[in-house]
Amino acid sequence: MSKAPAGTLYRGREGMWSWVAHRVTGVLVFFFLFAHVLDTALVRVSPDTYDKVISTYKTPIVNLLEFGLIAAVLYHALNGLRIMAIDFWEKGPRYQKQMTYAVLTLWFVLMAGAAYPVLATSFRKAFGS
Amino acid sequence: MTTTSPQLEAPRSRSRSRTSFEMYSWIFMRMSGLLLVVLVLGHLLIMNVLDGGVQRVNWGFVAGRWASPFWRTWDLMQLWLAELHGTNGLRTVINDYAVRDSTRFWLKMLLYTSAFLVLVLGTLVIFTFDPNMK
Repeated sequence: MSKAPAGTLYRGREGMWSWVAHRVTGVLVFFFLFAHVLDTALVRVSPDTYDKVISTYKTPIVNLLEFGLIAAVLYHALNGLRIMAIDFWEKGPRYQKQMTYAVLTLWFVLMAGAAYPVLATSFRKAFGS
Repeated sequence: MTTTSPQLEAPRSRSRSRTSFEMYSWIFMRMSGLLLVVLVLGHLLIMNVLDGGVQRVNWGFVAGRWASPFWRTWDLMQLWLAELHGTNGLRTVINDYAVRDSTRFWLKMLLYTSAFLVLVLGTLVIFTFDPNMK
């Protein structure tokens, strides 16, 4: 019976994965910000040009991406508050794991609340009346 | 059979700089982050969630909002804080993952160029927007 050595790849726990998610969501939001400043700049070109480009945001697929963007921003914001609590609150480091689950719970509840107002119109458009 | 530990490259030398740029960058991420939680979540709530969300956004809607100095100031602060916060975050990511000196240098030049263009363009648009444009 061979005994394989324990793996050396650190698979992390709550602290590492919340850090990974913070990076990934941060980079995604940064790239969106680039596109968003360009699309908003079209208000200086003409009302028609702006309205034409903004109408693509109202299609069901882009609307779903918008929901993903909200999810990314909201996670980054809540986890950012957790990071500040770890850095500046004396009991922060001790409760970092509990705060990770608090972040995820709050994130889930707020996303569930946002789902209908954000997606309802597209849902009706995509699946009829 | 003898095992030897792998040859590791020496860590990159510390920045020769004597200033505390990295400390100010650390503080900036937290201070701007705190403001952005309010600015950006407020922006998302108004633009994407309440009252029909993005479905009711058009040129007239933007013109209505930017008639108010309050929302122009909000958007200007949001633009600058988010772009600087994001640029500093990407700078950290590039420093972490780009191994070759020249790759790191050029990625950061690309990053700073894009940040400069976004800040100039966004600021100009907010200050020169004409609500009576036809």
